[in-house]
Amino acid sequence: MDFILSALDYLLGIPFLGWGEQIGFVYKALALLVGLLIFTAFILLGDRKVWAAVQMRRGPNVVGPFGLLQSFADLIKFGVKEAVIPAGADKVLFLLAPLITATLALAGWAVVPVDNGWAMANINIGILYLLGISSLGVYGVIIGGWASNSKYPFFGALRAAAQMVSYEVSIGLVIITVLLCVGSLNLNDIVIAQSEMGLAHALGVPWLSFLNWFWLPLFPMFVVFYISALAETNRPPFDMVEGESELVAGFMTEYSSTPYLLFMLGEYIAILLMCAMTTILFLGGWAAPIDLPPFTWIPGVIWFFIKVTLVFFMFAMAKAIVPRYRYDQLMRIGWKLFLPLSLLMVVIVAFVLQLTGWGWHGGIA
Amino acid sequence: MTLPLFFFYVFSAITVASAFMVISARNPVHAVLFLILAFVNAAGLFMLAGAEFLALLLIVVYVGAVAVLFLFVVMMIDVDFAELKSGLLSYAPIGMVVGAILFLELLLVAGSFVIAPDMVGAGGLPIDATMDNTRALGLVLYTRYVFLFQGAAAVLLVAMIGAIVLTLRHRTGIKRQSTASQLGRKPSETVRNVKVKSGQGL
Repeated sequence: MDFILSALDYLLGIPFLGWGEQIGFVYKALALLVGLLIFTAFILLGDRKVWAAVQMRRGPNVVGPFGLLQSFADLIKFGVKEAVIPAGADKVLFLLAPLITATLALAGWAVVPVDNGWAMANINIGILYLLGISSLGVYGVIIGGWASNSKYPFFGALRAAAQMVSYEVSIGLVIITVLLCVGSLNLNDIVIAQSEMGLAHALGVPWLSFLNWFWLPLFPMFVVFYISALAETNRPPFDMVEGESELVAGFMTEYSSTPYLLFMLGEYIAILLMCAMTTILFLGGWAAPIDLPPFTWIPGVIWFFIKVTLVFFMFAMAKAIVPRYRYDQLMRIGWKLFLPLSLLMVVIVAFVLQLTGWGWHGGIA
Repeated sequence: MTLPLFFFYVFSAITVASAFMVISARNPVHAVLFLILAFVNAAGLFMLAGAEFLALLLIVVYVGAVAVLFLFVVMMIDVDFAELKSGLLSYAPIGMVVGAILFLELLLVAGSFVIAPDMVGAGGLPIDATMDNTRALGLVLYTRYVFLFQGAAAVLLVAMIGAIVLTLRHRTGIKRQSTASQLGRKPSETVRNVKVKSGQGL
C-alpha cells in the first residue's frame, strides 16, 4: 500500500509541517476552484450589467451595493427551490447532464496556466486537452435535451449537436496555426513563446510586449477564434440552442433549481475557459502588456484575469449589440467561410514559417 | 500495487463493463452513451500507456465528433428494439463468425508477445525517450510514412466527396438564397422615397 501514502503526500502535503515536499494538490485545486467560482459570480453580474448599460437600464442594483451580491442571492434562490423532474424524463440522464456540463467546464481549468507554471497540471498536450474538453461540452446539452423527453429541449439538443461540432473544426484549425508558430502543445510554452519572439523583438522595441503577442500576426485567426468561441459556447448571437424566441429556453426548458444552476454555472465557466484560451493563444497569457516597471509590478495572475475579463467584456458586448443569427446562416459561415479561411491560413502560415525560418520551434532554435 | 496499475484496473474494468452494456442496454441512446464511456476509458488506458497524444486524439475525434453525430442519428430515428431483437437469432451465426475471427486475431497478437518477445516492436522505429509523444509521432508520420499518410488522407477525401455526391440532389424550380446578391444590394436600387399627399395614396 505504498502508493496510497505517496498519493496522500501528493494530495495533502503541507510543506510547513515538514510532512510533504510541496503544497498539496488539494489546496491548490481548492484555491483555483473557489477563486474561479467567485470570479464567475461577478462575471455573471458583469454580463447583466453590460447588457443593461447598452440598453440604458440599470441592471441588477438591489442586492448589496450596486447589486454586487446579486449572483449570491441567485445562488441561494436556486439552491432552495424545488427541483422538478418531468414525469416522462429519463431521470438518471436528466440529472447527469448538468453534472457533465459543470464538471467538464471545471476540468478544463486544470491545465490553464494563470501565471508562469501556475497550472494544476502542466502537461505537454495542454492545448489538445482543452480542445478535447470543449468538444465534450456538447454532451451535457445533448443528453439534457434528450432526457427531458420534451419537444423544445430536443430541438435545442439537435441544434447544439450540429452547431458545436461545426465550430470545433474551425477552432481546431485556428489552434493549429498558433501551434505552427510555437512548435509545442504545452500551454506554458505558448505563452512564453509570445514573450520571446514577435513583432516587438523584430522592431527592436522588446519592451512593447503587446506587439509580440499572436493577435497581431495572426489577426484573422484571432477574429475567427473569437466568433467560433461564441458559437462553441452557445453565446449570443449564436444561442440558437436556447433561442427563447423559438424554443422557450431550448435544452434548459425543463430544468429548474439546482440542476439549472449547474447548467448555468457550467456554461459560464466554459465561456471563461474560452476567454482564457483566447488570452493564452493570442493575448500573451500572464505577460504584462508593456514590459516596464509599473506594469511588471502587477503579478501575472492579475494580468491574466484582467485579460480574461477584457475578452469576456467583448463576449458581453456581442450579446448586447448583435441580433441573433438564423440557424442556416450560422452553418453557412461556419462551413463555407471560417473553414476555408482557417485552412488557407494554416497553409499560408506553414509556408511563411518554412520560408523565413520564423517561429519558436518549441524553444529549440 | 502501484498507482498506475490501480488506475489500469479501474479503467479497464469500466471499459469492459460499458462495452458489455453497449450490447445489452435496452435503450439505443443508452447503448451509445455506454459506447462513449468505453471510448473515454480507452483513452484513459492510452494515457496510462504513455500515448498521451493518441489518448487526446481519441477524445477529440471519436468522442467529440464521431460519437456526437452517432448519438444525433440514434436520437432522431425511432428504433423499435423488440422488432430488432426478433431478428437476433438469424444474425447470430454471422456475428459469431466475426467474433471468432477477431478473437483468434487478438490471440495471435497477444501470443506473439509470449512466443517471440524479441520480435515485438522490431518492425517499428527506435523510440527516443527524451522526445515527447507528439513530436515523435509527427516525425515518423511525415517522413517515413508520408506517402501512406497522404494515401490515407486521399482515401478519406474520396469517401467524403462520395458521401456528399450520393446524398446531394439538385432540385429545380425552388428559390435559393444567394448571399452574394443579398449583400450586393444597395439602398439606391431598392428603396424609393416618396412624398404622399394625405388622403391620396400613390
